[in-house]
Amino acid sequence: MSGTNDLYDPKQVAALDPETLDAARADATSAFAGAATLEALTALKPAHLGDRSPVLTARREIGALPPQARSASGKRVNEIRVAIQSAYDERHEVLSAERDERMLAEEAVDVTLPGDRHPRGSRHPLTQLSERIADIFVAMGYEVAEGPEVESEWFNFDALNFLPDHPARTMQDTFHVEPAAARQVLRTHTSPVQIRALLERDLPVYVVCPGRTFRTDELDATHTPVFHQIEGLAVDKGLTMAHLKGTLDAFARAMFGEESTIRLRPSYFPFTEPSAEPDVWFPQKKGGAGWVEWGGCGMVDPNVLRACGVDPDVYSGFAFGMGLERTLMFRNGLPDMRDMVEGDVRFTSAFAVEP
Amino acid sequence: MRVPVSWLLEHVDLPADSDSLTADAVGEALIRVGLEVEDVAPIPASTGPLVVGRVASVEELTEFKKPIRYCRVDVGPEHNEDTGSRGIVCGATNFAEGDLVVVALPGAVLPGDFAIAARKTYGHVSDGMICALDELGLGDDHSGILVLPPATADPGDDGAALLGLDDAVLDIAVTPDRGYCLSVRGLARELACALDAPYGDPALLGRDLPAEDGDAWPVRLDPSSQCRRFVARRVTDLDPTAPSPWWLRRRLLLCGVRPISLAVDVTNYVMLELGQPMHAYDAATVQGDVVVRRATADEKITTLDDAQRALDVDDVVVTDDSGPIGLAGVMGGASTEVGTGTSDVLLEAATWDAPSVARAARRHRLPSEAARRFEREVDPAVARAATDRAAWLLAHYGGATVSPGVTDEGGVPTPEPVDMALDLPDRVAGTRYERGAVVRRLSQIGCAVEVAAADPGDTGGAGLRAVPPTWRPDLTRPADLVEEVLRLEGYAGIPSQLPLARPGTGLTLAQRRRRQVSRALADAGYDEVLPSPFVAPAVFDAFGLDADDDRRNALRLANPLDADRSLMATTLLPGLLDAVVRNVSRGLRDLALYQVGQVVRPGPDDPPEAPLLPVDHRPDDAAVTSVLANLPAQPLRVGAVLAGAWERAGWWGSGRPADWADAIEAARLVGRVYGAELTVTSDVHAPWHPGRCAALSLGDTLVGHAGELHPKVLEALGLPARTCAMELELDRLPLAEDRPVPAVSSFPPVLLDVALVLDQAVPAASVVSALRDGGGDLVEDVRLFDVYTGPQVGEGKRSLAFALRLRAPDRTLTLEEASARRDAAVATATERFGARLR
Repeated sequence: MSGTNDLYDPKQVAALDPETLDAARADATSAFAGAATLEALTALKPAHLGDRSPVLTARREIGALPPQARSASGKRVNEIRVAIQSAYDERHEVLSAERDERMLAEEAVDVTLPGDRHPRGSRHPLTQLSERIADIFVAMGYEVAEGPEVESEWFNFDALNFLPDHPARTMQDTFHVEPAAARQVLRTHTSPVQIRALLERDLPVYVVCPGRTFRTDELDATHTPVFHQIEGLAVDKGLTMAHLKGTLDAFARAMFGEESTIRLRPSYFPFTEPSAEPDVWFPQKKGGAGWVEWGGCGMVDPNVLRACGVDPDVYSGFAFGMGLERTLMFRNGLPDMRDMVEGDVRFTSAFAVEP
Repeated sequence: MRVPVSWLLEHVDLPADSDSLTADAVGEALIRVGLEVEDVAPIPASTGPLVVGRVASVEELTEFKKPIRYCRVDVGPEHNEDTGSRGIVCGATNFAEGDLVVVALPGAVLPGDFAIAARKTYGHVSDGMICALDELGLGDDHSGILVLPPATADPGDDGAALLGLDDAVLDIAVTPDRGYCLSVRGLARELACALDAPYGDPALLGRDLPAEDGDAWPVRLDPSSQCRRFVARRVTDLDPTAPSPWWLRRRLLLCGVRPISLAVDVTNYVMLELGQPMHAYDAATVQGDVVVRRATADEKITTLDDAQRALDVDDVVVTDDSGPIGLAGVMGGASTEVGTGTSDVLLEAATWDAPSVARAARRHRLPSEAARRFEREVDPAVARAATDRAAWLLAHYGGATVSPGVTDEGGVPTPEPVDMALDLPDRVAGTRYERGAVVRRLSQIGCAVEVAAADPGDTGGAGLRAVPPTWRPDLTRPADLVEEVLRLEGYAGIPSQLPLARPGTGLTLAQRRRRQVSRALADAGYDEVLPSPFVAPAVFDAFGLDADDDRRNALRLANPLDADRSLMATTLLPGLLDAVVRNVSRGLRDLALYQVGQVVRPGPDDPPEAPLLPVDHRPDDAAVTSVLANLPAQPLRVGAVLAGAWERAGWWGSGRPADWADAIEAARLVGRVYGAELTVTSDVHAPWHPGRCAALSLGDTLVGHAGELHPKVLEALGLPARTCAMELELDRLPLAEDRPVPAVSSFPPVLLDVALVLDQAVPAASVVSALRDGGGDLVEDVRLFDVYTGPQVGEGKRSLAFALRLRAPDRTLTLEEASARRDAAVATATERFGARLR
């Protein structure tokens, strides 16, 4: 340790000699500049900035100087040290940048390589279509009503004004379940849910009923024994056929665009009077815009209202329904219904998951 | 029903300027008033010379393998060669010298671009063709050439005009409420309404017949028969060989009815024209009085189709002394059938009870043209006109004598009048119809309408009383009249107006959860399928289910499409596995499929006989409840199956096959959608692998199973090895709207690992629970990150390594405190399962 009373030893303070210090700086600067890699630069650091480096040795000697000389020497030593340090830093920065650039270049990959380690999933287009339609009606204030697939004949037929032995009943190609005396069927349409809704809910009722339905049709390109319908029912005071038309028009626009509209053709269903079949103007139709048959509709038959305890002199209503398979077929231009039921993943995957 | 346009137009009085009314326009007019016109098919065009010819001579050419004739045919002076005829080679043999035929001369082009030219064949020049019906575009009969009745036309006459080839056939699907439209009479009326033109009712045409005197035949209607009316008339001295006139045969052909003989053709013709199905008996074979009654238990009948049928006591039969001679409204009996020698014919036109006929037709599987009409109701007032029409035709074309006797039992009930407020159509349609439109339209369809000062509903407005016509039994209520007005005024005139629904509450929580389940699985890589719910009982054997397994108790269809698949699925797995098999057979091996759907789970006992609930008022709640309670349970489920690779091989390295853990994870994923962490316990449950099956439960409620399927099941069903599956009952998951609100601590955690050596049989999930229980509330997370078995831990043991994350809600946890908690956690695992720190 040096103290104020120590003798001035010229040999000891040689380290503070300005030429020595300048030489140390020159050595360091040129050594750093010569370092080709970060590792080489790091290896040079102790010799020029380490404890035993000339500039730090010089700093330790400042204490040996007479007090009047310390300030000037200290300042010089410090300038030199800062200069060496910044030479080091500058070189470090250059080499780091070079290394980073090299590393990024080395890490480059073929971004066109596939990344599908995990299969994508998809939802069935009929499910997505059903939800889409339900959402359109929910947005109009409707609620979604549901019911079972094995249904009582009273709900599936009797209450819907299908008389026993009437051809309208036999035309439904019904799957009957055993035992016959229990009077149960696989529902032939989603209409029994209308009855359930009217029995269970308070008036007014605005519901849509999506669901799986069954008829004894052999599977072919345009028929399937297991299919899906979505049905709507509105029962309120003062509802008219104009309201039915307006509702279907709004529905058509939501599904197929502003240009789309509905026209009605007279028809017959036991549970509506008057009855109609809607045709929808489908702008995206294959081969040019045109009318497409789209389900059935009508004003709820007074007998149906009566069977549900609704006074037809006070309330009126309308109902409509359409097949989802058929809707999907014309909307997407699908030629064969069998693809929808066979479960081939290539069919479903094409529809992915709609927002 | 198929009908030529020309026949309909015969009864519609179109204005003189309406010549331009095309077949398509007729079709569109009918569609506008509610008929389903499925097809408008013009008779295919023939061009060039098509003429009537008379066969002058026939030379049989015998040197060929098949019969060939060289004919000389007189085709009229304009077309004949100098010899007064033309030579034509013909392969048909159903004609003789002197017959009138239709000849296509060289230059003619028949339907299907069939160009006729003179050509040498079989050693002769064939200078034209003698035509069969199908070659002329009149149906598909190619059994022989068309022979016209004598005196229909002269040689050289224009064939196209005679045959009426400038016509089109409408194919109309008649809805069940409009039985009267299964006739020209009804369809022409609809067309007249659609075109607002006067209509001529063919039933009202007078027939020049002998004055009525006495009965045609003694007939008694037993009340049990519910026969409403039975009209009979007899003709004698019919020439059984007399052919049906061409115009009548043509109409039958175009309606798709095969001409047979005059007597049969006439009854078919009258049915098509007036809608009244008729029956012709060979009167010589009818023995004694005719009695109409229900059949007795052991009676039989041989019907016209030569089938012997055991009769049901619900069947209505026409009988004579020999027993049943006709199944009422469905089909006649063979014993009294008119044949080639019949000259004495008893004509029947009856009005049968619609439901009785419907049941009989269904019971005997005989959907005859007659039954189709009676099921939909036949105008009881037209029976007399029909018998007269048929008798007149037989007299006129068959030389028969019409007997004066007419049997007319039963009667025509007067339809009940319907009272309606005059403005009801306006109120239903949401528009205002022109003054007078309502009365005019109702009169047009045949109602007798009277306007009354006050409406029946006492609304202060005017009302009307309409007596519907006898052919419209469907018009019984004001709503029925409203429909008539609206459809005839045109649906196009109804405005479009969107009603304001009551503000709704959106999807229910259950509905939202179901959608979320579907989305979550799709997002996780599963593809949704919608397989059929029909399964074969054999699948339960393949599943290895015990004889008394609940899932074997499936609902049985009375009339399955496929006799093998007669059951409604009690689980989603058969359908999903079918889909796997189908995909694999198409070369798609890496599969993850799911389905959300109802299954049917009947109770142990058959449901009781259902009570007949009323339809004229709301049934009482107890009755509804009991009907609903008798339905089988139909819980909503989700199922998923996995086969092949779950993670694919690729440039990144090898893939990973789907395994039991993926199936269980799918189940847990579904649970989490409902905010529930399902408890996984090991279980033995077919069709799963007994060592790789997890039961998933929530508290004490079993929600479902997941894991790898039993290798024997996979083998039996032809499924890929290691196929995995899960199935959960969504109805057993909680529907909680409020989710927990976690307190998120911002203090740093302490992360500690422990490795425990345990018996291999100890389930990892139980160890996790023990660590959580022992560590207490400072344990934020326990995650199993390694499983080791091998010599270092010993036989029958395994090492489970867990990462514990501990954290305090209100302070920085010290290492000492955390270590103490870890030791407590381990102590609990040791206490419960003998865990040893490794």
